[in-house]
Amino acid sequence: MKSELVLTGIIFLLLFIKIGKGMKNESLLSLIQLLLLLNFIFSFFFNKEGNLFGDMFYTTPLIAFQKSILNLGVYLISLLCSDWLKKTQHLPEFFLLMLSALLGMFLMISSGNLLIFYLSLELATIPVAAMANFDLERKRSSEGAMKMILSSAFSSGILLFGISLIYGSTGSISLPAISQLLNGSPLQILAFVFIFAAFAFKLSIVPFHLWTADVYEGSPIAVTSFLSVISKGAIAFIFITVLYKVFSPMLQIWYWMIVILAIATMVIGNLFALRQQNIKRFLAFSSIAQVGFILVGISNAYYLGIASVVYFVLIYVFSNLAAFGVAAVIAEKTGKENIDDYKGLYKTNPFLTWIMALALFSLAGIPPTAGFFGKLFLLTAGGAKAEYWFILVAALNMIISLYYYLRVVRAMFMDKNDNPVEPVKTSPVVKMALIICGGGIVLVGLLSWIFEYIKTLQY
Amino acid sequence: MNLLILIGAPLLTALAVLLSRNKQQVKWISLAGSAVQLALAFSLLIAFRQERMAGNNALMLFEQNYKLYESLNINFHFGVDGISVAMILLTSFVVIAGVLVSWNVEKMTKEFYFLLLLLGLGAYGFFISLDLFILFFFLEISVIPKYLLIGIWGSGKKEYSANKLALMLMGGSALILVGMLGIYFTTGYSFDIMTLSKENIPAATQNILFPLLFVGFGVFTALFPLHTWVPDGHSSAPTAGSMFLAGISMKLGGYGCLRVATYLLPEGAKEYANIIIVLSAIAILYGAFATMMQKDLKYINAYSSVSHVGFSLLGIGMLTQTAITGALMQMVSHGVMTALFFAVIGMVYDRTHTRMVADMGGLMKMMPFIATVFFIVGLCSLGLPGFSGFVAEMTVFMGSWQNDDAFHRIATIAAAMSIVVTAVYILRATGKTMMGPVVNEEHLQLGDAKWNEKLAAIILVAGIVAIGIAPGWLNDLLKPAAEEIMNRIAGK
Repeated sequence: MKSELVLTGIIFLLLFIKIGKGMKNESLLSLIQLLLLLNFIFSFFFNKEGNLFGDMFYTTPLIAFQKSILNLGVYLISLLCSDWLKKTQHLPEFFLLMLSALLGMFLMISSGNLLIFYLSLELATIPVAAMANFDLERKRSSEGAMKMILSSAFSSGILLFGISLIYGSTGSISLPAISQLLNGSPLQILAFVFIFAAFAFKLSIVPFHLWTADVYEGSPIAVTSFLSVISKGAIAFIFITVLYKVFSPMLQIWYWMIVILAIATMVIGNLFALRQQNIKRFLAFSSIAQVGFILVGISNAYYLGIASVVYFVLIYVFSNLAAFGVAAVIAEKTGKENIDDYKGLYKTNPFLTWIMALALFSLAGIPPTAGFFGKLFLLTAGGAKAEYWFILVAALNMIISLYYYLRVVRAMFMDKNDNPVEPVKTSPVVKMALIICGGGIVLVGLLSWIFEYIKTLQY
Repeated sequence: MNLLILIGAPLLTALAVLLSRNKQQVKWISLAGSAVQLALAFSLLIAFRQERMAGNNALMLFEQNYKLYESLNINFHFGVDGISVAMILLTSFVVIAGVLVSWNVEKMTKEFYFLLLLLGLGAYGFFISLDLFILFFFLEISVIPKYLLIGIWGSGKKEYSANKLALMLMGGSALILVGMLGIYFTTGYSFDIMTLSKENIPAATQNILFPLLFVGFGVFTALFPLHTWVPDGHSSAPTAGSMFLAGISMKLGGYGCLRVATYLLPEGAKEYANIIIVLSAIAILYGAFATMMQKDLKYINAYSSVSHVGFSLLGIGMLTQTAITGALMQMVSHGVMTALFFAVIGMVYDRTHTRMVADMGGLMKMMPFIATVFFIVGLCSLGLPGFSGFVAEMTVFMGSWQNDDAFHRIATIAAAMSIVVTAVYILRATGKTMMGPVVNEEHLQLGDAKWNEKLAAIILVAGIVAIGIAPGWLNDLLKPAAEEIMNRIAGK
């Protein structure tokens, strides 16, 4: 409960600041960044295990670690997007919304009861929809927010329906109890399908992905990166817990569901990413494909599954935030968001280009970046059933994804441009955040104890 | 000898290059670093021979084992046998020559040398790895530097070639990955080559995994019909890039085919040997005939590489000890030879700004040194005794002939016929460009090789002559290792 309390404390502090006003954006932002940093550091200490409120809330070392990853991501976002944040008129509100969503995610990961789970999921979603609308004067932003709120309301409805069916057939909404009571009856399978579909919406698994690209494109980059990294990561964490802990008796049923959806997600995500021009849409589709890889790792309840997914999300935080960070810097200074605008970027902005290239290589899974290890461990976890063709499909998808990641690399390094992005001066804070991301991308893979540590954590 | 130095030296050099301030520093640091690597490779050779002389018959020498991902049983396991030593020596030769011939790269010099050194690092790491995962790691490290080298510093349709190369090599890697995981799961979670070499994987599984691994590595070494990245990639790459690609990278594939696919999955190798033979015989003949049609010097050498590398795959497919030794010799020999060839072509191109055979003539008059080297490497390529090509190809043929059935004989004869074709295209290209009348008046102004080019050429010529005149030392290195692989195939 400690992480939640700390976060709530920060939220209240922000509220008071908002009421009291009189603080400049810049100093307020520095204060928030400091608070988030402390929050991140603090999340490693005084973590207790156990249940609260009659098993409604529980926590384990792995859950605490997952929360730390999310904290890290939020801290990095607050650094990377500081140029944009400084200019917004509603800085405290932005962080209020973001931290409320984060609080929702924390509760969600820790929930031991379907009702708490549902409530926290809503808490994690609705503020994000408001954040997506943060560029008030841009129509696209509103459009994205609208799409998001509608689709998430729809998926919540489906989720609730699934929950009610589960309650009807088992008579319980407590997660540990449900797993005892599941017997694989058709009604339960139906309920599982509904719950699964709701997750698929949130994770943007094909064919439930249609909202993703528009929302990503419309939202400010800070929100897009929050959506694609933090939201996705949190949902993936709870998804894996629900599958492994609650629905483990139905393994035979969901194994094939996940295999088929994983293939569809990877293939469709990759194929759509091939033709994107806008860097945000591009990263949106690439993140869909990445979710496909996460599904590969989840697919069979092999002991590696959880560790490799958590590890992958950690790497994904660094790589995707680095990519979004560079995009944010460039978009903020020049307003350019198209891949074609990145042509000849290396000539003018070598530092940004190298960070972007590192991030893309990591997303593509090329050594020595951490993405290589992350992807390989996911495939190893997924391959434990010796379904070679499945791994082969995943591996072939890595080639397609390499093609479009290389497209950006090629634009930055090789293509000529008469009118390249002018040299952008990055503020020290942003530069530091980019270096942290770059360092994470290089080091997380080579420092093997990180993975070993995750592996030892009890879930 | 601590093998980690072999990774450490290039890594330190690359980092030093990153930190250096101007182009001059970059070049000298790279040169010093690659000279150190050459010295290290030689001292490794000497240390290895001393150990063997002293009667140390362990399969791998200088083994080191560090835990990396303990729970997945992934370890930094290093060690060398004769094959690795020979390959490391080859790598260090090509690296120093590559650094020398790139002396006048002006565009983004620092990045160029950094990527070049990174490529070398990948190769060193690959050749000393005894853990499949780490081996794969080092194999993949080299893909992106190749892509960038071709795409940024290349010529012609460089973006297309760079993309094609990166994607085809990644495709190969994908197959390797699946095969590797297959081995991992069927053997009770082990990536360690030394452990795996004692396992008996069921033949049915081997028959599934062998093609994945062999074709995967085959892509790297231009296995027909997956060779198509070779001509485009080689001809678009900058000189040093072509040298590294043909000299080192293609050898990674050959080494993997042998050490991973054939050695770990002997039953699979026996099952598919005939297909390998057919494919490599086609590659040898097709490569040779395709070369005859080429007008661009780089394309000539690229297609002839397809043909020459076919010999090493043919040797592997023949599954006799002599043939495998020959295959390995061919890898080393072709590595040095083709690097030299590309270096010379690069030197010619730097002066004449054309690579078209028809636009050149009588260059001997203006640049006697370059022309002499051109002749030497041409003669080596067509298999003249006294140079490495002859020794290697001869050994392959000898080994192939040991299989006394009609199929193997026919394949051997077919492959041997390519030598005639090789002679045709080599002599034609050499004669046209170096001898005869001067085609272009402007060429009369051109000068001969500079010190760096001379040094690079001399180092590589020394390599091919050393193998050609005294192949004994190379044979001593490779034969025991080939014997071990044959023992495993014979089921001993």
